[in-house]
Amino acid sequence: MSKEKIINIEAQRSLEAQFEARILRDEKIEAKDWMPEKYRKTHIRQISQHAHSEIVGMLPEGNWITRAPSLRRKVALLAKVQDEAGHGLYLYSACETLGISREELYEQLHAGKAKYSSIFNYPTVTWADMGAIGWLVDGAAIINQVPLCSTSYGPYARAMVRVCKEESFHQRQGFEIMVKLTNGSLEQKEMAQDALNRWWWPSLMMLGPTDAESVHTEQSMKWKLKRKSNDELRQQFIDQTVPQAELIGLKIPDKDLRWNEARGSYDFGEINWDEFWQVVKGHGPCNKERINARVDAWKEGEWVRDAAMAYAEKKKNIDKAV
Amino acid sequence: MKKNWPLWEVFVRSKNGLEHRHSGSLHAADAEMALENARDVYTRRNEGVSIWVVASNNITASNPENNGELFEPAQDKVYRHPTFYELPDDVKHM
Repeated sequence: MSKEKIINIEAQRSLEAQFEARILRDEKIEAKDWMPEKYRKTHIRQISQHAHSEIVGMLPEGNWITRAPSLRRKVALLAKVQDEAGHGLYLYSACETLGISREELYEQLHAGKAKYSSIFNYPTVTWADMGAIGWLVDGAAIINQVPLCSTSYGPYARAMVRVCKEESFHQRQGFEIMVKLTNGSLEQKEMAQDALNRWWWPSLMMLGPTDAESVHTEQSMKWKLKRKSNDELRQQFIDQTVPQAELIGLKIPDKDLRWNEARGSYDFGEINWDEFWQVVKGHGPCNKERINARVDAWKEGEWVRDAAMAYAEKKKNIDKAV
Repeated sequence: MKKNWPLWEVFVRSKNGLEHRHSGSLHAADAEMALENARDVYTRRNEGVSIWVVASNNITASNPENNGELFEPAQDKVYRHPTFYELPDDVKHM
């Protein structure tokens, strides 16, 4: 190796050491700061996955907007779905500060190269699913997201503060739907229980593979992209959700679930990770439907985007001429 | 797709008496659309009474690599701060 090359490698190492030290001191990294290529790439991956999840996450709920059982429910669901669009936009913007364009991000989603939360590949078959999603899926999302408000990358942390502030109504409106159903007719109660039965396990999977299987955890912890491991987050979710289910008379669909006095936590049954990986790899019940809906919306909106741009340019030219 | 919508930076004044603060960014075809989109994306919960949008490519930003020469000279000018000056203990209103 030439002397020059060795000097370059050493300079790189010292830059990286300074960078890691900044993060250790809880300093934030901003868009124009020097960062290791791996930091940039990991953040693009995570933030874009997060943005895609918000955008695809609108689809299962959008399914019920026109059929919400009352005006109160309809305005709440509309507002929630609109928030998700907003959250997607905050996150795409944060991601773009890392030097990737919005078009590239969309392209990755549409081509199936980028992932999004696997839970949105499950169908929403009854109104109770709107309750279960708000209560469980948003509940799990909040547990995942709150620690990200203090992550090391400034634009991501700021977007997450805004997301978390808005998310708590999402969970409450979902739980309210469940409360109402469990206080209703026998049929409504069964509908609520059925939704819990179908959404419980996918919600647990949503917090990610077990620590033993999670490939990115160690690096992510160092960069404060993660503050707690997947298994810790999952346990926290279970411990806080089980009493909520008991409160409204619903039964968690896990025969192995029981309170462990010694641990001060619930023990729970085996998660079907084969199902999780199948859905992640594109073979869930609605993967194709979700991506097709996104691609169609993007394609069908093309003439609108082009017309708006043409109009803006024409107007600019007229203003110049005057 | 002929041309992508440009990027805009959004600044929101949360109430009169306070300055506009950077909220984030968004894409829009022109300034008018950027304002409309900013209203929907960044003020859904009464976050603002006034919005500015600025085309991102009109912003000139300092480079963090120059932070030393730009900002360090201020660090040793302690005499710009009131605590630098020694006053008798019993002086009042100062």
